[in-house]
Amino acid sequence: MPFLSLNDISRTFGTTRAVAGVSLDVNQGEFFGLLGPSGCGKTTTLRMIAGLEKPDSGSILFQDKDITNLPPERRGFGMVFQNYALFPHLNVFENVAFGLRARHKSKEEMNERVNSALELVQLPNYGKRAIDQLSGGQQQRVAIARAIAIEPALLLFDEPLSNLDVSLREETRRELRELVTRLGLTAVYVTHDQEEAFALCDRISVMVGGKLMQTGRPRELYEQPSEISVASFLGRNNLIKAMRLSSSKTTDGEFKTLEGEHTLHLHVKHENLAPLNKPVYLAIRPEHVELSTNNNTAENSLRGNIREIVFGGATSTVRVDANGLLIEALVLQTNGLQVDQPCNVILSPDHLTLLK
Amino acid sequence: MALLLVTAVVLLYGVIYPNLSVAISSFQRAGTWTFANYTEILSQRIVLEAIVSSLGLSVATVLCCALVGIPLAFLFERYTFPGRRLFAAFAALPLVLPPLVGTVAFIYLVGESGILAHGIQNLLGLQNPPWRLRGWSALILFHTYTMYPFFYVLTGAGLRRIDASLAEAARSLGASKTTVVRRVVLPQLTPSLLAAALLTFMTSMASFSAPLLFGGDVRVLTLEIFTARQRGDFVIAITETVILAVISLGALFFFQRYEGTRRFAAAAMKGAPRRRASIASGPARVLATTLAVVFAIVLVLPVATLFLVSFAREGSWTTQTIPSAYTFANYQRLFADPWAAEVFFNSVTMSAIAAVAALLWSFAVVTLLRRGRNEQKFFGEGWRRLLSLLVLVPWALPGTVVAVSVAEAYGGPSLLLGSFVLVGTFWILPVVYFLRFMPLVVRALQASMEQVDPTLEEAAGSLGARAWQRFMRVTLPLVWPGAVAGTLLAFVIALGEYVASVLVFVPANRPISIAIASELRDFNLGAAAAYGVVLIVIISISMIVAGRLEKLRG
Repeated sequence: MPFLSLNDISRTFGTTRAVAGVSLDVNQGEFFGLLGPSGCGKTTTLRMIAGLEKPDSGSILFQDKDITNLPPERRGFGMVFQNYALFPHLNVFENVAFGLRARHKSKEEMNERVNSALELVQLPNYGKRAIDQLSGGQQQRVAIARAIAIEPALLLFDEPLSNLDVSLREETRRELRELVTRLGLTAVYVTHDQEEAFALCDRISVMVGGKLMQTGRPRELYEQPSEISVASFLGRNNLIKAMRLSSSKTTDGEFKTLEGEHTLHLHVKHENLAPLNKPVYLAIRPEHVELSTNNNTAENSLRGNIREIVFGGATSTVRVDANGLLIEALVLQTNGLQVDQPCNVILSPDHLTLLK
Repeated sequence: MALLLVTAVVLLYGVIYPNLSVAISSFQRAGTWTFANYTEILSQRIVLEAIVSSLGLSVATVLCCALVGIPLAFLFERYTFPGRRLFAAFAALPLVLPPLVGTVAFIYLVGESGILAHGIQNLLGLQNPPWRLRGWSALILFHTYTMYPFFYVLTGAGLRRIDASLAEAARSLGASKTTVVRRVVLPQLTPSLLAAALLTFMTSMASFSAPLLFGGDVRVLTLEIFTARQRGDFVIAITETVILAVISLGALFFFQRYEGTRRFAAAAMKGAPRRRASIASGPARVLATTLAVVFAIVLVLPVATLFLVSFAREGSWTTQTIPSAYTFANYQRLFADPWAAEVFFNSVTMSAIAAVAALLWSFAVVTLLRRGRNEQKFFGEGWRRLLSLLVLVPWALPGTVVAVSVAEAYGGPSLLLGSFVLVGTFWILPVVYFLRFMPLVVRALQASMEQVDPTLEEAAGSLGARAWQRFMRVTLPLVWPGAVAGTLLAFVIALGEYVASVLVFVPANRPISIAIASELRDFNLGAAAAYGVVLIVIISISMIVAGRLEKLRG
């Protein structure tokens, strides 16, 4: 039985469909990510889980109870907002105590829970501080403390790290994950940053244009994207338009690229055999593309010319033009490679993926 | 739901019904529908003249205010020089002066027996005063003095909003300084300038005190309505009221449309704030400083005159440049005379009732307007617009129109109040004050609410706070300074209200402004001035408190 489940929920603002028929399940104790480009509907989905928006259709079940129409104050979910939404007229203690006051907790219990929440986020003795005396990172911790002080049944994060600078972001990310695990909480985390999502989440749903494209573990999403939108959103990818040549019954696929008219071979899984004579996309990550300057007879080796070499620090990007087909390769060393030099591009069948 | 009911009832009783009943009455004669009222009064030369005078005066006022206000805004917003702050401190003074008090002060200063005229007359040994404060030029001069701040303030605010990097970008693309002003600055200022023009136009259309006291042959609509009612010609008064209302609402309509477009300036991305440039050339600096000092003196002079005259012994100011003998008697009378005490008591009570009612009501309206934004099903966008428009209507209507329409609607047994007749009771003025000034409070509260990040309430909700707790613990603590500041503003404006009061006051609720006018009529110049000074003092204290509150919010 899933802890939280969204069943076919949709939300329209005016004429734009922000969320279109999203269904997903979150398990207890899971750190679940909603990942997608800005405007993809991930925040709206989170706000519907929080009760801040009502779905136009569909239902939300929490521990098998329908909470679709329950107002936010009766859900008992903690939420950390992108801008923190700390109350400017209250000090740190009162901010963290806010939810406990709303629950009419005794003074002793309130003191104890506020102080332990502040200790958890490593801000003990900060209670009397005014909000505007805190740095961005400290404000962000207070926001987390406020959300966990109510002992939430579910913790919701709306891009909580996007207002922090890069160095602070990684540190806070690690602490956040540790905290959630230690308290045994279930979390739903919205972000547009795939690195952040990969580092934090047990499972991730990728959303594009209001639709849920794919759900899976980070590695699964990265290595076996099932949709073009997922493949192109998660990291860099070479997308090759091609047509299937061999019989559609066999799992040994033979494809002809539309640009450059190269023949490529790859292993096709039974469940997604491509139809004949209909363009499909093949994807390969730049880090999986091999370059070689000697003559070589490896499978899927295409002849090309180096167009551009972009130095990027630890790695460099090499763009190769293989008879009109542009392929990007990520290499550690550019030794011996030069612009306008002919070379072979090897697209290993193990790394080529067929997209729906 | 209760909010909706309260809001709807107030709008129905206060805005919709009175205005409709005036409109209906203007089309009726002896119980039948007719255009006769219009054809009749429009054929009268004097009425046509009033319409033309009102429009002409307003257009002339807009032009003069623009000519004074826009260059001043450019000078004081863009450059820094000694004296800049001195002028800036007094720039908006005429806006907070009650129109009647301003008019009286003006008469004392530049009237034919005022300080300036007497001074020149005595200096040059002339037989007659060098000028008479009468008619077109006098009205336009006074209007420019009192209404130029609309242009000054709005142009200044517009200039501040313009992203300096846009001008820098234009310069880097090869545009000269004048091209930048013409093609970058002015287009972005247009919405501010239009707003200023419409505000000035509407205020000028509503002007009453100055035309009454020194309009001479210029008979504007507000004055015509007043005199028609005085002679008992109610049909003409009502018909003219409708004409005045239509012109004012037309202006409001344009104002609303252009206010919406004002946002594009603010939509600019993060940019560089503009620094005020200091004036390099020596003579230009001297000129600018002189200008600042002279304008500051011009702004303060009428008020200073009022102070001076308030200490004049009665009868000590006939042909002298300034009064020859001074006394505290005028003030002593103000505090000793039970009649004067009653006048103050009336004004303070009625204004307080109106302001507090406006504050409470604003919370209902603003809550509805905000809720409408989130939940379309509950309260659609169309209703939201209608609501904000209805709230603005009494603000756009001249005080004369508000008073006449309320008097017409509740002057006898009415559909909404049954046999209760509001006119002739104490309550007529608090009601009129409420209607006239509640838009100010609504706007102030709206502005405060807009500064409150909506996620704060959402955060409170997610932490378990119910609607009432959210309001008491999050929203109210954040908006009260702005709301109270707006209420104070409404209170002080109501305190000096004259235009509507003069039409519907009764002995039981005689306000300060009526007392000033009657002292003036009896040539008790010092007593009239003393009333004015006390008003100005109360207003200044309130404005300082309001300013502090505004700062508290930031």
